[in-house]
Amino acid sequence: MEYVIEMRNIRKEFPGIVANDDITLQVKKGEIHALLGENGAGKSTLMNVLFGLYEPEEGEIYVKGNKVVNNDPNIANSLGIGMVHQHFMLVDKFTVTENIILGKEPTKSGKVDLKSAAKEVQALSDQYGLRVDPYAKVEDISVGMQQRVEILKTLYRGAEILIFDEPTAVLTPQEIVELIQIMKKLVSEGKSIILITHKLKEIIEVCDRCTVIRRGKGIGTVDVKDSNPDSLAAMMVGREVNFTVAKGIADPKESVLTIKDLVVLDSRKVPAVNGLNLNIRAGEIVGIAGVDGNGQSELLEAITGLRKISEGSIHLRDSDITNKTPRNVTRTGLAHIPQDRHKHGLVLDFSVGENMVLQTYYEKPFSNNGILKFSPIFEKANKLITEYDVRTPDAHTPARALSGGNQQKAIIAREVDRDPDFLIAAQPTRGLDVGAIEFIHSKLIEQRDKGKAVLLVSFELDEIMNVSDKIAVMYEGRIVAEVDPKQTTEQELGLLMAGGKRGTADAE
Amino acid sequence: MQNNNNKIKFLVPLVSVLLGLLIGGIIMLVSDYDPFEAYVALFQGIIGGPYFIGETIRQMSPLILAGLAVAFAFRTGLFNIGVEGQLLVGWLASVYVGVFVDAPAIIHIPLAILAAGVAGALWGAIPGILKAKFKVHEVITTIMMNYIALYSTNEIIRQFMLAPGERTKTIKETASLSSPFLQKITDYSTLHYGIIVALIAAVIMWFILWRTTLGFELRAVGFNQHASQYAGINVSKNIVLSMAISGVFAGIAGSMEGLGTYQYMTINAAFTGVGFDGIAVALLGANSAIGVVLGAALFGGLKIGALNMQSIAGVPTELVGVVIALIIFFVACSYIVHWLMNRVNKGGKI
Repeated sequence: MEYVIEMRNIRKEFPGIVANDDITLQVKKGEIHALLGENGAGKSTLMNVLFGLYEPEEGEIYVKGNKVVNNDPNIANSLGIGMVHQHFMLVDKFTVTENIILGKEPTKSGKVDLKSAAKEVQALSDQYGLRVDPYAKVEDISVGMQQRVEILKTLYRGAEILIFDEPTAVLTPQEIVELIQIMKKLVSEGKSIILITHKLKEIIEVCDRCTVIRRGKGIGTVDVKDSNPDSLAAMMVGREVNFTVAKGIADPKESVLTIKDLVVLDSRKVPAVNGLNLNIRAGEIVGIAGVDGNGQSELLEAITGLRKISEGSIHLRDSDITNKTPRNVTRTGLAHIPQDRHKHGLVLDFSVGENMVLQTYYEKPFSNNGILKFSPIFEKANKLITEYDVRTPDAHTPARALSGGNQQKAIIAREVDRDPDFLIAAQPTRGLDVGAIEFIHSKLIEQRDKGKAVLLVSFELDEIMNVSDKIAVMYEGRIVAEVDPKQTTEQELGLLMAGGKRGTADAE
Repeated sequence: MQNNNNKIKFLVPLVSVLLGLLIGGIIMLVSDYDPFEAYVALFQGIIGGPYFIGETIRQMSPLILAGLAVAFAFRTGLFNIGVEGQLLVGWLASVYVGVFVDAPAIIHIPLAILAAGVAGALWGAIPGILKAKFKVHEVITTIMMNYIALYSTNEIIRQFMLAPGERTKTIKETASLSSPFLQKITDYSTLHYGIIVALIAAVIMWFILWRTTLGFELRAVGFNQHASQYAGINVSKNIVLSMAISGVFAGIAGSMEGLGTYQYMTINAAFTGVGFDGIAVALLGANSAIGVVLGAALFGGLKIGALNMQSIAGVPTELVGVVIALIIFFVACSYIVHWLMNRVNKGGKI
């Protein structure tokens, strides 16, 4: 059997750790091959070895049966290996065509020949069903289309083997469906795909075979049709994983958060939240389902005091928190796990310890008359690090050095520990592996069971359906429906999220 | 890892200094000067005897304060190019109090220094407010404020304080930082008590940044405004405050000239350059208090030593300017130094 890519017994060491230990990966021509593993298992290292960014200490790489020494991404390109990065490498101010040809510009008498380049881009996008506008500026197009530009970049360079690095992490459910179709189209046109992911559902849906790595070691390769999410998860984590979130029945009590006729303008002065009403009670988790861009971010910013409210009111218990400062709202009893942990959740250059007191540094015992008290600060930090299992060398390590899952755990530790009445969790598990997701979900439910009100915003329908006690569907700045997660389906939610009316589910 | 980083932080300026001296030497060689003779004279001019040491330390005081001003703002993510202007208004304010107020030294000196600090703070706060309220970039406004300071102080001296010789009157003795004792032990150099003020300021800068909640907020804003806002920190207030505190250091740097070195203020035809040197000192000192003191020592030393180099070895002082520029160049592109050190390290292993 000839493989289009064969990596044999790869070993890659970094000072102090073995990132890849005897990993073998064999990809057949025309298949979608999943590379599955937890955060930090060594997936990216392995792909960087394949892409020529790292040189392995041991092992051999064969491309189409020929042994290659690959120590430069340019060699990888010439071998027909292309990578679609998770964080897009695009120039915002350039057009789609300019981005695609960047570094390999066709020229005509010394000038860049944009016309024929655009034609070629159009031809490629037609061939593979990648809808793009060659003349649109990247800053003006959707995330889904930006990803298609990334794919076209590799195809334009003649890639035969495409590596997708967690491609669905940034996409909406609709865009994911589209991407899956594109991937199927690509293999039907003779390309081969390596899909790096930790989302089991996607593997089951599109992949032919799956190679699992755990803590740097190759665990094995399985045929996807012979496996199921449970067996894959067990291979990845090394133990049984609980998918259905274990939780008792909610026992909602009095109202904690009351939002009345809320209107919030976005940065272009257009109402993003437009007459929204919502009520969250103590002891329940309300999940907001909706396609990204329907006012979720603006709603959260309005509640937390980061954005001005033009009309309406928000009450937290009996206090009016409409247009109060963030600190004021926080002190009234709000904890907030923000959507973007790097932008809002952490000061990455601060130590883990300093980040743990980011909301409380001005209070006793962490400071006294404006003078910081470091021993209580680091005592607290160490306690939280142990309690929430934040994996860090110590509390003095910069937050930047932690993995995404541990950064998130640090934020959750900080917010939950303050023990407020109301907790906002915005996309709390984005980009995290099943182990971390399990932990975070259990913490949210623990808060609920302690009688707190929890607001969950997520673009993952599974998460919304599994964790929430009540689902509020947000569409064009309003809550258009409130449904019971036990009595709804993904189809119905999808329809409501797209602005459809409730129909079939009500009749049942 | 952390330890290694600290080592590199320390090594980069050191290697940069050596590289700067080395290339400066090559330039001297090419220009037909003897680099060995020149450098011997240079170092003698810095530490070769009490007089030179005194002069070097005197030169350091305003440089430390100017460096602290730049470094402090930089920690909050602000680039204060206006230290020069804040220094000029501070200089004038200290001389004004020194000339027109009558008080015993124990009150007069602190009062004059305080006046310099307040003047610098106000001058620094204006770009801060413009940035916080209207998002005007502080680099533009602080540069403009430098010119406003230069011509305004000149005009104020002309209108209200003019004495013969295109300058103000000399300050009263009760406001003077000069010290017969320090002058005597340094072989009658111009050394004055300003160095004590500068060192205290360095300790205060370190304390504010690393030991107070205010410093915590300022640093948080410097690293990540979004996260700071999320955590309830008032970002606008911190920007204004940071520029004002930076201005205090710059203003007091001016009082070093007004109360110490000159005891009056001249009508300046051009900028003193001390404020701009502060940028280089802060860069050299990696924006830390101790680093700024060391950076100022190097700068002050080279400037004073250059005079000796010219008189003894006949090498023009401009060549020291070249060496200083080279050192800044290598610190700024520390990448080259990192690369060089990696090469040396690897070579050592093989």
